[in-house]
Formats: sequence, C-alpha cells, structure tokens
Amino acid sequence: MKVRVLFFASVADAAGTRSLDAELGNRATVADLRRKLEKDRPRLAGRLGKCAAAVNTVVVSPARALADGDEVAFLPPVSGGAE
Amino acid sequence: MMGFTEDQIHRYARHLVLREIGGVGQRKLLDARVLIVGAGGLGCPAALYLAAAGAGRISIADHDAVAVENLQRQILYGSADVGRPKAETAAAALRRNNPDVIVEPLAVRVTAAGARALVKGRSLVVEGTDDPETKFAVNDACVAEGVPFVIGGVVRWSGQLMAVLPGKTACYRCVFENPPVTPAETCEAAGVLGPAAGAVGTLMAVEACKILLGKGEPLAGRMRVIDFLAGTSRDIAWKRRPGCPACGAAK
Ligand SMILES: [Zn+2]
Repeated sequence: MKVRVLFFASVADAAGTRSLDAELGNRATVADLRRKLEKDRPRLAGRLGKCAAAVNTVVVSPARALADGDEVAFLPPVSGGAE
Repeated sequence: MMGFTEDQIHRYARHLVLREIGGVGQRKLLDARVLIVGAGGLGCPAALYLAAAGAGRISIADHDAVAVENLQRQILYGSADVGRPKAETAAAALRRNNPDVIVEPLAVRVTAAGARALVKGRSLVVEGTDDPETKFAVNDACVAEGVPFVIGGVVRWSGQLMAVLPGKTACYRCVFENPPVTPAETCEAAGVLGPAAGAVGTLMAVEACKILLGKGEPLAGRMRVIDFLAGTSRDIAWKRRPGCPACGAAK
C-alpha cells in the first residue's frame, strides 16, 4: 500500500521535504512507517518518536494500522516564544 | 450602562457594538483573571492584546531579563529595556496601554512544583514559553485545577497553537506524552521570524477571548499547525487519550 507522509516544523527540515509517498507492506502500522522513514532518511533518526502522528488529521497511537491512501502527518512539539 | 465608566464606554466601544461581546461580554473580560506564562515572542503580543481588550486582571510570569536578541520579536520591550526584568517591564508596558487593567508581574520560572498554586483560581492561562518542562507543568496544573488554557509554539517559520478545556477536550499530554529527552528545537538555535511569533501569539489572544466570552468554536480538541513559509495551515484533531497521565483520570 501507499501512504502520503507530511512533515512539520523541524522534522520537515530534517527530512528535507514537507511531504513524500511511502510504500508499505499490508497491515503496516504507524510505528512501522516511522521505522522505515528513519531508516531511509538517517537525519530523521530518533526524531519521529518524539512527534505526534496524525492519520487523516486525527492524532493516533503508534500501533494504529494504516490503510492504502492514508495521509500520515508527523508533528513535533514546537516550543519557542520566550527566549 | 452595566456599571461602565465613561472612559470604558469609549475605550471598549468597538467591543460593545460586537454582537458576541456587548456589555455582557465586556463585563466578562473585565472580570477575567488571566495568567500569562512567558513574556517572550508569544506572550508579548498575547498579553498586549488581552490588556488592550480589557482582560481585567493579568498576571505575567517570566524569570528572565530582556536581552537585545529578544527585541526582534518581543514587542513589549525597547532598546532601553535591555537588562531589565521581563515581567516588570512587560507589566509596565501593559499598564501604559490600559490603566484600567490590574497587572501583576511575577519574576518566576513556572515549574511542576509551583504551577498548580499559580494557575489556581484563574479564568484562563496562556502558555507561550519555549521551555517544554514549563509547557507540561502548565498543562498538568491547569488540567488538575480545571482552568482552560491556550498553548502555543513557534520556531523558524512554523507555529502551532491549541486550546485545552480540561475534562472536555484533549490536553497537551494527550498528544505529546512527555517533554522530549533532548530539548525541543529552540529559537535561539534555529531562529524564528519575528512576525510569525506575533501572529501565533495574537491567535492565542483570539482564542483566549473566545473562551473568556464563551463564544464561537474554540480551537480545542484540535491543534492548528501553520507553515508561514509555505503559506499553509492545517488543523489536526486529537481525542483524549484514555491512559493520559494528566487528564485520563480527570473527573
Ligand atoms: Zn490528556
């Protein structure tokens, strides 16, 4: 199956793109997608685990199973403001 | 008119004619007790708009002093303020804008230990620090005390914000379970566009007004994520997480 991946804020910079398409095996989960992305793009290593993951704009747990055509967004906590 | 002074009738004239505010709403704003955590890039515009709007009592907490690098976006301060304590300097700027507002500067860093006492009894809290620990401390304290809050962040050209209505909508910890082990990207290291901070801080003030007034659809249960460089924004919905250590067991 194929899913659309969106990156936000610092993970977009680390990924070098704001979006990409990822090919996954059937019954893959959000955690599987995360592992694949971190392997394919070493600069993402260790970053996606700190992100909230949203499937079709709803935040989900890493165990959530994906379906063909899903849109998965990785959103890091953004601080900033004070310093 | 509803016990407003002559000054107030003129000062808040543009609110008083708004159907969603009027005399009843302006009274709600004047009676509000707001805590602003962090008098930085987000807290400055949020505090200034809330003071100008007549949010009656504003406490503003920041333990830092104004640095020259802050001036690019922390618009309550000018060059002459460098080295001065932020909380007091911000309070003076708010009073200058609106002497009608009672402003209390708090020169403290808000931590898990002290947060609950600080948020207790507030109508609303605005969290705009760049300190993940403070963000989680404010979340946990507001959820425990049932105080609604607006929380936001900005770095480079990206911003995010959301409101939390404790017991009703997902909290910050429902989405981000814990403060990151390595510090989140800070503006100091990564940079930030000044007006992007202004835009996010101002949107936080808009959400604060909606919640204080009880009008409209608060940006709760969803996070607005803005990419100012691409010119796009998106809302990501979040449900309460059953095992959430902050709100999972909330009454
Ligand atoms: Zn929660």
